[in-house]
Amino acid sequence: MSLNGQSKIPQILKNHEAEVLADWLGEQMAAGIRKDLLKEIELREECREFLELFTDAIQQGNLTNIQSTEWRSVREMLTSVSRTRTQKGFTPTETANFVFSFKQPLFKRLRQELGQNGEALVEEILSASNLIDKLGLWTTEIYQKTREEVILRQQEELMELSTPVVKLWEGILALPIIGTLDSARTQIMMESLLEMIVQTGSQVAIIDITGVPTVDTLTAQHLLKTVTAARLMGADCIISGIRPQIAQTIVYLGVDLADITTKASLADAFVLALKRSGFAIARSKPTI
Amino acid sequence: MQKNEIISINSSSDVVLVRQAVRQFAVELAFSLINQTKIVTGASELARNTLEHGGGGTVNIEALDRGTRRGLRLTFEDSGPGIPDIELALKDGFTTGNGLGMGLSGTKRLVNEFEIVSRVGEGTRITITKWK
Ligand SMILES: Nc1ncnc2c1ncn2[C@@H]1O[C@H](COP(=O)(O)OP(=O)(O)O)[C@@H](O)[C@H]1O
Ligand SMILES: [Mg+2]
Repeated sequence: MSLNGQSKIPQILKNHEAEVLADWLGEQMAAGIRKDLLKEIELREECREFLELFTDAIQQGNLTNIQSTEWRSVREMLTSVSRTRTQKGFTPTETANFVFSFKQPLFKRLRQELGQNGEALVEEILSASNLIDKLGLWTTEIYQKTREEVILRQQEELMELSTPVVKLWEGILALPIIGTLDSARTQIMMESLLEMIVQTGSQVAIIDITGVPTVDTLTAQHLLKTVTAARLMGADCIISGIRPQIAQTIVYLGVDLADITTKASLADAFVLALKRSGFAIARSKPTI
Repeated sequence: MQKNEIISINSSSDVVLVRQAVRQFAVELAFSLINQTKIVTGASELARNTLEHGGGGTVNIEALDRGTRRGLRLTFEDSGPGIPDIELALKDGFTTGNGLGMGLSGTKRLVNEFEIVSRVGEGTRITITKWK
């Protein structure tokens, strides 16, 4: 907080809006803003908007907590700046610099206006610096979140690709599942399995969960739903690859899989599926 | 080894992270495969409850070393709606959502110690402990 809790910054910003804006733009151009990614006119507009919202917010007197309602518009504005820059390919530093580069022009103005009063100047600069650091960190946080969202989306796309339903034999499908069985992905898998059942007129579908590390009640529920839906389409499901420790855990959880045929391995499940479909396996030549 | 880790639970990918972290702790404590699976499964249930019923929260994963006794303690906390009737919530099949209603009761059967502290309107804290 500044002297008597009354900062001079809002007034100074109002009186010198045009100069501060020009200085700030100059600062960013000099630092080598990515003109290939962002037009100068867009940058100017972003700066102008930030300055306006910043002045409004700081006027409310809260210079310490940027999570408060006074700062909501500034946060939203920075969120959108940060998101667009992330998508355009700016680095985290370049993105955060939008805010950090505001220090120089602001401090310069403060020095000019408060130069006489050293104590006030120091205090104003310290609190403004703190405030801008927080806003800078905020843009970095949003940058990171946006990156995470992009990665998550890519993972989801990958998931869709990596859940192939394969035809093992006439009338026998297999769905080998690898990874976690959470809702979004299960939905996709279930749909593609049902689609394939219809397309191929299969009577047996093997769901192999060897590659699923954890089976909890949600996973079990998804499996039960899939089996029920397949049944309605006229296909029986066999679940294979339930490792002993998972089988035991399911029992403790109290989930009832009694209605479902299970087999230890995909090979066992396949043999059973063949048998059910009326095929028999025999060696063509006896081996010694 | 690291003695504790706090993870926030705000999305279903966080639930995956919690499972992975708990598994890593259990492996480092040299838990048997079955006990690893039990504590990871319990963690998965409670993390999802924290997310879906508690509106998000945190888990503190602690490695316990009491001389000859080693174990893993997980404390899930949220500031969600709380559980009005804990006994009812612990009944097999009871759910206020679309789940199987087996998560709480099942987890209780998977661990050695299980404690719920919950206040309506304030939140829920569930602590489970699995000894090696
Ligand atoms: N952290 C929590 N906050 C509020 N309510 C909870 C919480 N955890 C569990 N519950 C309540 O307990 C019920 C039973 O939980 P659970 O056995 O895991 O079943 P499910 O998650 O399938 O509903 C939930 O439906 C919910 O009403
Ligand atoms: Mg649950």
